[in-house]
Amino acid sequence: MKIRVDSEKCQGHARCYGLAPEIFDVDDYGQASVLLDEIPPELQEKARLAVANCPEYAIEIISE
Amino acid sequence: MPHTAPVQDWATDFDVLDPRYVSDPFSIWDDLRQTCPIAHTDRRKSSWLPTRYDDITDIAHDIAHFSSLKVAVIPGDEDDDPNANFDGPNLEYGLPPISADPPLHTWTRRLLLPWFSHTRVDSYVPLTRELCRGLLDQFADAGHADAAADYAQQIPVRVIARILGVSTDLSDTFTGWVRDVLEFADDPERRQRGAEGLLNYFLAQLEDRRQHPGDDLLSELLTTEVDGQPVDDGIVLGMAALVLIAGVDTTWSAIGSSLWHLAAHPDDRKRLAAEPELMATAVEELLRAYAPVTMAREVTEDIEYHGCPMKAGDKVLMNFPAANRDPEAFDQPDEVQLDRAHNRHVAFGSGIHRCAGSNLARMELQVALEEWMARIPEFELAEGQEITWAGGQVRGPRILPVVFP
Repeated sequence: MKIRVDSEKCQGHARCYGLAPEIFDVDDYGQASVLLDEIPPELQEKARLAVANCPEYAIEIISE
Repeated sequence: MPHTAPVQDWATDFDVLDPRYVSDPFSIWDDLRQTCPIAHTDRRKSSWLPTRYDDITDIAHDIAHFSSLKVAVIPGDEDDDPNANFDGPNLEYGLPPISADPPLHTWTRRLLLPWFSHTRVDSYVPLTRELCRGLLDQFADAGHADAAADYAQQIPVRVIARILGVSTDLSDTFTGWVRDVLEFADDPERRQRGAEGLLNYFLAQLEDRRQHPGDDLLSELLTTEVDGQPVDDGIVLGMAALVLIAGVDTTWSAIGSSLWHLAAHPDDRKRLAAEPELMATAVEELLRAYAPVTMAREVTEDIEYHGCPMKAGDKVLMNFPAANRDPEAFDQPDEVQLDRAHNRHVAFGSGIHRCAGSNLARMELQVALEEWMARIPEFELAEGQEITWAGGQVRGPRILPVVFP
């Protein structure tokens, strides 16, 4: 699985980081980024949760 | 005097200070969503009240038509002239970045955000935990407490004071000023008194920091340069006041509402006590269900929005709490589900004005609930004792008597 954060949409709610700090980081200005090129199977559920909790619809799954 | 006649028609004559709206806005929003999802009133000033998630987030993102220059839900003198009848320091820039549009919003926000990053907020956890424990020490053995005044109200103001580098000894004074400005905004004298107290205090503090800089937010704002220029004093003053105003009533209300919920819903309280690993998810759910903050926008030019003839200068109340209860966006929205997995709540707003202090607020709420539940896992509302709620810009309990073994 590959995911990305749309930096234009991200407003720094940091919900992704709260749910999955193994997958996401958020910088000092609130901008989220994905730490992993490939999301391993054991983290995919968490990645989906992050997608479903982003208030800005800023996280997308590029490939399953 | 404020218009306080009871509301007969919520669609055309709503009043967010009506006692019914303050105590139970949820059923009013439900009715409006079905019949008239963007309500209107001419009380105080022509204002619109959207109730649907999609409309509210859409308006929040449309900064061209909906400006943040005037964000007060209850119009005040500043709606006509920022310095009208105000015999004190001038705030010609308001409280940036909350009451600013780009470009002022953009760079003032960048100055504030690092102070509330998740790494910085992690460093405030020990002092927040210690503070909560100290408060609990004062009443845990008494068998009863006012969970709002004795606990919730005492926490955020002290953490914010630490960040600003101002004395926590004045916490009650700060709380009083912030309440004057936000909760008693319908009383012009009280509102002005709060604003003057707050601004005069910060003016003196800024002078002091110029002489004796520290490692606090105020000192940094005074020494920061933007494009090679120091930040205008009026902007520094507005930002300092904003951090206090935005960081006190809001989080205190969220802590209070969450404790009210747990006191009134024993099943949820028992579940959270038994499953503390639910806490982070529960915090988001309590923020969703009891989002305390409504902000305002100002319509920049005449537009028809979803059939509503909005005029330049009208207010639009950004009803984030109602968005969080929209059944189109949330399954069973009026039910608190502590393990709600899908929760795109907008308690901290939406778009470029997302609450700059959201990481701090979330941490304070979580630590306050963790410490309370660890010390007082069993508690309930005190029978027969009145609970009072503040409403308008910020909704939350102000008197919340609870009893425990």
